[in-house]
Amino acid sequence: MGGAVNLLAQRHPINSALSLIAVMAALAGEYLLLGAEFVAAVQVIVYAGAVMVLFVFVIMLLNAGEEEETKGSRVALLLGVPGVLIGSVLVAWVVLRSSGTETVPIGALPGPPTEIAQLLFHDFLLPFEVTSVLILIAIMGAVVLATKPDAAERKAN
Amino acid sequence: MVPLSYYLLLSGFLFACGVLGFLIKRNIITIFMSIELMLNGVNLSFVAFAAHWHVLAGQIFVFFVMVVAAAEAAVGLAIIIAVYRTRETLNVDQVNLLKL
Repeated sequence: MGGAVNLLAQRHPINSALSLIAVMAALAGEYLLLGAEFVAAVQVIVYAGAVMVLFVFVIMLLNAGEEEETKGSRVALLLGVPGVLIGSVLVAWVVLRSSGTETVPIGALPGPPTEIAQLLFHDFLLPFEVTSVLILIAIMGAVVLATKPDAAERKAN
Repeated sequence: MVPLSYYLLLSGFLFACGVLGFLIKRNIITIFMSIELMLNGVNLSFVAFAAHWHVLAGQIFVFFVMVVAAAEAAVGLAIIIAVYRTRETLNVDQVNLLKL
């Protein structure tokens, strides 16, 4: 929670990125508590490892500095904070009202990788293949978008 | 033994933080990180429900969300780099035209 608030409070993007890494590490701990060891490991490797390295890399590459206060940001602050507060209070009220005292035992569902693999490659085979195609398209799109335009033109000529 | 509602509240809090950051931040990279925060909040509720109902399928959905988030991060960061090359700014208020 502290990390999430810090992400909003920090003005420099690199500090936000570091607090987001803290949030992801804390979430991996939550997954461990819930008995989902494999998800926790993937969370650390994929999110805290790969995705955040990508973010930090781009922040450094673009030399991102402090963000400045603008008119749009003040309007968003004035409208956004009350709206989000009202929404989250409503959701919290509904959750607390509808849920009884049922508890989630710690480590209740040992999600061993064998069972997960069975589910992933048997019952969810089609979505799995579709996501592989999605990843391929995303990689190609990223390469096309990130190449320098003049380099592409030189190649065409 | 932690009540399920605590997990849901934490998940909702993370999602609300993501929405708030999406709204109030002006730096395009920070806006992107807010989106990641929202996805993480949803993932937490997926895992909590999977543990609550003893259904492993919830964890599979978490993997799919992670895959989509990774793809989205790759494409989005490429778009950010392209925008920065043409406009020399990361402030979303100054990126208000699709044409150059």
